[in-house]
Amino acid sequence: MSAPRRRNSIGAGPGMRAALIGVSLLFMAVFLVLPLLSVFTEALRGGFGKYFAAILDADAIAALRLTLLVALIAVPLNMVFGVAASWAIAKFDFWGKSLLITLIDLPFSVSPVISGLIYVLLFGAQGLLGPWLQAHDIQVIFAVPGIVLATVFVTFPFVARELIPLMQEQGTEAEEAARSLGANGWQMFTRVTLPNIKWGLLYGVLLCNARAMGEFGAVSVVSGHIRGLTTTMPLHVEILYNEYNFIAAFAVASLLAFLALVTLVVKSALEWGDRQNPDEVRVAGATL
Amino acid sequence: MTIEIRNIEKRFGKFAAVNDVSLKVERGELVALLGPSGSGKTTLLRVIAGLEFPDAGQVLFDGEDAGDRDVARRRVGFVFQHYALFRHMTVFENVAFGLRVMSRAKRPPENVIAEKVTSLLRLVQLEPMAARYPSQLSGGQRQRIALARALAIEPRVLLLDEPFGALDAKVRKELRRWLRGLHDEMGFTSLFVTHDQEEALELADRVVVMNQGKIEQIGTPQEVYDTPATPFVYEFLGNVNRVACTIVNGRVNLWGSDFAVEVAESGQREGFAYLRPHDIELGGEGARAHAQVRHVSSTGPIARVELAFDGLATPIEAELSRQRLEQLALRPGQQVPVLARSARIFAAGAGV
Repeated sequence: MSAPRRRNSIGAGPGMRAALIGVSLLFMAVFLVLPLLSVFTEALRGGFGKYFAAILDADAIAALRLTLLVALIAVPLNMVFGVAASWAIAKFDFWGKSLLITLIDLPFSVSPVISGLIYVLLFGAQGLLGPWLQAHDIQVIFAVPGIVLATVFVTFPFVARELIPLMQEQGTEAEEAARSLGANGWQMFTRVTLPNIKWGLLYGVLLCNARAMGEFGAVSVVSGHIRGLTTTMPLHVEILYNEYNFIAAFAVASLLAFLALVTLVVKSALEWGDRQNPDEVRVAGATL
Repeated sequence: MTIEIRNIEKRFGKFAAVNDVSLKVERGELVALLGPSGSGKTTLLRVIAGLEFPDAGQVLFDGEDAGDRDVARRRVGFVFQHYALFRHMTVFENVAFGLRVMSRAKRPPENVIAEKVTSLLRLVQLEPMAARYPSQLSGGQRQRIALARALAIEPRVLLLDEPFGALDAKVRKELRRWLRGLHDEMGFTSLFVTHDQEEALELADRVVVMNQGKIEQIGTPQEVYDTPATPFVYEFLGNVNRVACTIVNGRVNLWGSDFAVEVAESGQREGFAYLRPHDIELGGEGARAHAQVRHVSSTGPIARVELAFDGLATPIEAELSRQRLEQLALRPGQQVPVLARSARIFAAGAGV
């Protein structure tokens, strides 16, 4: 072969490759690794004693508990909704389908602050349903239900977005085969559909969970910032920071960052597991 | 088990995929639904299976209306075009699926399931593959597993959608012969969809030729090939030459030979003569017409000669044995006597 050996099929030489990798790594270091490291160093500036004191503070614990509670409600809800919507969109043709697809993306395209505001306008004291809620002594805004609602809204698209292309690609043949072999609807779903989408579903749920725990804007609008009652972790971080309590702010932030890192690790583990599944064996087998 | 469909109609929006189709498949028959893509053959098969519900008409199994039963309760063995094997299950579990989803009362115990699956895998000659995943099998093996899976529920009829469509030519031929043997041995009533005329003619007891949602002709392979009922069937099955001609009082003169139209009308009208390449005789005695040889191709036992007639825009193709070609020693540019041994005449506008 007369072509230079170090060049690959699209003609990129070693210099080009080094430059591209260098730029990506530099960018990652400055914009991702550095801030993350600074969160942890700032949190530990006063030593481990102050760090744990900040984390074990009653308000911080309450914020952690609320964050987990909100995620625990919002994620399963959006999981069920996401699977239902993707199923409907991928396997059926119906009037208003494209409208539904557009609506699913709405939370992504709207600013989270607006998302929160929508709930204030709906359920707030001056809102549409405000008088009725007050008459029945139901508190939505500046309370936990409002925070849950806002989080559900913001994290709405994650599971559906992940599953729709996957299910569209898979088509309905496997489901039809299951039906023709005598399976009822539930057997078809649990034995054929669910196993085929499980990786996509888990991935979507993880992203949904990460966002549910980290959401700030929408939750901030509906929360009312009552310490120990309606502050989630991101809101608690802001309160502490505004009070110049930097060590505590960064300590709670590091906890949030830690949760995000755990999510990433689980996600990578899932992707690794996905690569081990028999679908990939075909690729390996085809080259033999 | 007989399958009878009466006046089936299936529309998708304004498009009539199947338009007033009736058909009866006898017990033990192997019938091909043959047609180009979009002719409604797959839709018809899906209607019979219960995967689609018709807008009008009836499907009867052994004379009993199956209209209110969906696919899960029709007990049809359906083999999908792309096999639709369950990717996340082993070959064994794929075949066992139909038994495992049975209601508790009907479901056989585990050892019976294992026995049955093993015997089905033996039937399709893939017993050693039981622990593999579908992605580890070749196309032909997947096809056979799809068949074994369909047979596990002891179907009353076997429906196959383009069963050999995705396989290469050699595997296709082998599987075709094997399926025919299996059909005869097990005594199924089978219906398969194909767009491949050779496959339909070779495999089926009867061929149903479909076009634009309607049946053009039903008959044995011999019948549909030798006496096509419509110009469409002529064009679709095998090579054919189409020559414009004038029908006078129900008769046509083609290259000096006289042919009769089946339904004779008095007067004069335009028509088309259809003649197979092997129905054209070259260099024979008594030929009254001549054509110019354009091109000769003689790979294989059958030689093809392209002929140009004065006043005909499209060339005519003739077939003759290689020996005959050598006798005649045809060269391009040469004039050759031409005789039409047989031809079929259709009046213009009759679906041409």
